[in-house]
Parts: sequence; C-alpha cells; structure tokens
Amino acid sequence: MVEPILRVEGVSKSYARKSVLPRGAVPPRPALSPASFDLMPGEILGIVGESGSGKTTLARCIALLERPDTGRVLFRGEDLAALGERDLRTRRRAIQTVFQDPYASLNPRLKVGEALAEVMLVHRLASRGEVGRRVAALLDQVGLSPQAANEYPAAFSGGQRQRICIARALAAQPDILIADEPVSSLDVSVQAQVVNLLLDLRDQLSLSVIFIGHDLHLIDFIAPRIIVMLAGEIVETISADGSIADAQHAYTRALMEAVPSLDKLAARTASSSESPAQ
Amino acid sequence: MTEREGLSIENLTIAFAQGRKEAISNLDLHVRPGEAVGLVGESGSGKSLTARAALGLLPRHARVGGRITLAGQSVLDLSPAQLRHIRGSGIAMIFQDPMSSLNPVTRVGAAIAQVIRSHERVARSTALKRAVALMDRVGIRDAATRAASYPHEFSGGMRQRIMIAMALAAHPRMLLADEPTTALDVIVQDGILKLLDQLRRDERMGLLLVSHDLAVVGSLCDRIAVMYAGQIVEEGPAAEVLMRPRMPYTVGLLASARRPKTLARLASIPGTPPPLGERPASCRFAARCPLAAPQCRAGAIPLVEVGNGHHARCVRTGDIGLLDRETFTLKAREAVHG
Repeated sequence: MVEPILRVEGVSKSYARKSVLPRGAVPPRPALSPASFDLMPGEILGIVGESGSGKTTLARCIALLERPDTGRVLFRGEDLAALGERDLRTRRRAIQTVFQDPYASLNPRLKVGEALAEVMLVHRLASRGEVGRRVAALLDQVGLSPQAANEYPAAFSGGQRQRICIARALAAQPDILIADEPVSSLDVSVQAQVVNLLLDLRDQLSLSVIFIGHDLHLIDFIAPRIIVMLAGEIVETISADGSIADAQHAYTRALMEAVPSLDKLAARTASSSESPAQ
Repeated sequence: MTEREGLSIENLTIAFAQGRKEAISNLDLHVRPGEAVGLVGESGSGKSLTARAALGLLPRHARVGGRITLAGQSVLDLSPAQLRHIRGSGIAMIFQDPMSSLNPVTRVGAAIAQVIRSHERVARSTALKRAVALMDRVGIRDAATRAASYPHEFSGGMRQRIMIAMALAAHPRMLLADEPTTALDVIVQDGILKLLDQLRRDERMGLLLVSHDLAVVGSLCDRIAVMYAGQIVEEGPAAEVLMRPRMPYTVGLLASARRPKTLARLASIPGTPPPLGERPASCRFAARCPLAAPQCRAGAIPLVEVGNGHHARCVRTGDIGLLDRETFTLKAREAVHG
C-alpha cells in the first residue's frame, strides 16, 4: 500500500468580515468548510469550482500560505499546520505554487535568471558557482532558451511567463506542485502548451500535482481524480476509474454543460447539415 | 461596397510610427445588422486593434489606411464631436475587464443614466428609471435596489452585465465585445453569452465578438474570421470554418481546443507568432505550419474563395486533408513518404 504524500484532514478557514460593530459581533465568513482528501505520489489531482467556491483558499491552506482554522495538513506524515513559522520555512520548499496571473507573480525588476537563482540560494540547493548552470537547465526544462535568464519578465508573453513561474517553482525541487488556475489567463493554443509541459514534468520528475481550474473538460483531460467544490465545500469526488459523464451532483453537470465545447458544436452542426467532416 | 448598413471594414492597414511595422494588413470585415461575427486569434494577432479602429479608438501615433464605414458613414473621417455621437448610439463596445472600465466612485445606476443623458435630452429621473429597466433587461435581479450600488459591490459577471447595460443605453446598432467573458467562470460566461445572443436577436443589433476561444465564438456567431499576425487567414460561415477548416492555422486552433481523452497530450501549435516587424511578406504562418512548402515562402498569399462565402489564405488548402484534425500533425502516411 502506497502512503499518500499529502493527507488533508478537516482543513477549514474563515475570514473575518469587515464591520463597524465590535469584534466578534459579526460571525466570520466561512471560506472553506472542513475538507479532507489524500494526494498520492505522482498523482495529478484536479480541483474544480467557480470563483468563491473555496478552491484557492484550500490551495493556500495546503501550501501553508494561509493558516487553516482547523484540521491537519500531513506532508509525509508530519502536520505542517502545527509547525511554527521557523520550522515551516524549511518545509515550504517541498510544496510550491504556480499562480493564475503570470503578470502579477513575477517581480518586474528581477531578471528571470535572478528570480530562479534566488530560490535555489535561499533553499541552499545550489552554490553561487553552479547556480548559473542550474538556471539554464531549468529554463531548458520548461522550453525556454538559456538566454531568457538575462531578460526581465516584461520581455515575455503570458505563456512564456507562466513557463518562468513553473521553472521558479521547480527551482525549489518540490515534491508537490500546486497549479492554481495556471492557464485560465492564457490563449487556448498556449493553454495546451502549458498543460502538456505540466504533464511532461510530472512524468520526468514524478511530481505530485494539484491542478485547480474552472474548465471541467480541461481538468478531466489532465487529472484522473477530480474534486468538485461549491460554496466552500467538496460536493463531489470523481474517482480515477469514474467519468465526469457519470457525475451525480447537479453542480458538476452544470459545470460540464457551461463549457462551450467544439464537440458539442460539432454535434449540433451535424444534426443540421448533411455531411459533417468529422 | 453595397454595405450601406452595418459595419464595413475595407482594406484596413494600421501601422505604428517607427519603420514599416504593420500591426494590421489589408483587412476586410463586414458585420451586417443582426449578424454575429466572431473575430478569433491569439494575443497580438491584431483582433482587439481592429475592433478599436472601428470605434475610432486608436492611439494618436497609429497610421491608418483603408476605410471603415458604419451605416454608410466613414468612421475614420469623423470629427471628435461626431465620433462621440456615434459611439454609444451607432456602435458600442464592451471590454474584457469590467472593473477597470467602470468608474469605481459612481453608482452603477447613475453611470448608466449618464450614458442615456449624453445621447438624449431626458430628465435625470427618467434616465435613472430607464437605467433600472436596462439592468433588469440584462438579468440583474432587484435592479431598483442594486442601481444604488458601486461597481466593487458586484461580482465579475454582474459587472459585465452592467457594462452591457451601459453599452445598450443609447440603442447602438452595432456592439463590439472584446473578450467579454475571458475573465469569467464558465457558468457566468455561459450566462453572458446567452444574454448577448438574445440581445442581438431582439434588437437586430450587429455583434462583433472578439475572442481567442473558437468554442466561445462558435457557440454564438453566424460567421467567423480567423486572424493571424495581423491578417485574416480564414473567414466564412461558422459551421464551415469549424467543421471544414481550410487553413492549417485554423486546424491547429481547433485541435488545441479539443480535450480528447484518447490522447496523452493536448494538440498544440508549436512555436510562437512572428513579432511585429519580422512578419514575412509571404505566408506568415509558414514557420509553424506542418504543411509548409517552398511555394508558401515564395510571395504574398491572397485570400481566395474555397467554398460558398468561405475564404482561406493558403496555397496548400487543397492538401488540408493531410493534417490530422486531432493532433495537428501530418498523418502518418504523409510522414512516411516525406
């Protein structure tokens, strides 16, 4: 029996509401009801839901960017949520995040090479002497030229920036990569490139990936197992041997139907025209 | 041209000051009243610039050639005052990011009423009443109360509905929507697309929908124009373009939007578009095209008719069947024979 690399147990989070009343008079708004799931080594787990469904809050709690109110985040058996800030700092390396907006998540004044080198130096994963070579290798791994190291983020397109963000996450040699809507702000054609890159990296590095998004068809393509979230709660889990076509929850079906898909259009056109090409 | 009604763009070329950097080259596009046309392309293909040109919203240093007419009136020759008049009543536009397009310190009802009063002489109270009716029309519940709210009190989808209400306030005959749903969730997107479709049918309003997503455009539009590196490379009835694409770039776009579980990887178009200033005079897609042949690099490629109202800018359009529609690679047979 393979042990999960990450076990999330009853993790919940509320945020205080702004109010003119005294503290405590207004109950805090629950962003995430107690959530539990396992992540297996080398697995890609999909989390799908709309804005406000709590999927980003869940991701932030797992990465301990946010302290959960309740529950445990067990990484290789150790509860990260119980650690102090100092101990946590040494564990952060293992869980890295790629965020949605590649324009907002890179320091515009830091050359790409500096941004990647910083990560390795902070975590003592490379010496100053060898860091240049490691940066070049990372850029190559995400499909960018080594010359990219000498450029500022402004020189790159959205898709290229997202590759840089992925390289920066990989610089920490993580065990788990959390990709929080990594392709939602990219062109459809570029989305495919970034998704394929994540799949390649999972294969090469046996990374465990949590892939968050709102496009159920895309998530279904890359993630065998999918968690569906609505209003801060996990409402459905689609197992690796299940299919989204058999989804039980009305919300999952609504998500599925809301995505405009070429296959649906093809079916509609086929019924109205005589000789479809496909 | 006989397009006295609707929006007609003819031979539009937009260049920016230094050198001969053409952002848009010899572009033709027509949107008839009541018709929905989709303009599809990747970031930087010039699709947003085209839409902005139709509104006279180009930066001052842009050099524009060609003709843009709206209901027979030449947009490029209008004075600023005349432009102000047709913006709103003749043609209106909604943008990707509704938050940065709304004034954060104006209540949304008042913002919509402002648009009404800048086009018609009506009392403030009448304008506000009509603003509430418009909000109701675009699907904002409890409109009378919500009219007093500020933009930040709305979700992204609701803000986009308010933008649509503002755009409709002066009864435009043409609506330009530039990536109106890109920042939104799928369920919210679905609602906005249905609303746009219903409005253009009810009002017989022309709609130009600009998007990078062929599936979004395909779900709404009668015709689709595909842009690549500043040119239209394929154009035709939506069903034709989606079902029988005749230009390899369109095939690649369609393939990369599919998620067939039978494949280990998504299809994608390798490489990136040529940057401004490095676009070849011959086929601009040749460097990324699996079908590229010497004749593709020999000279300018015209947009030719390949079917009923269906045009493609490709000399190898007859060989399009050699492409695998799922993977956007050459079919094995072709690969073997080189």
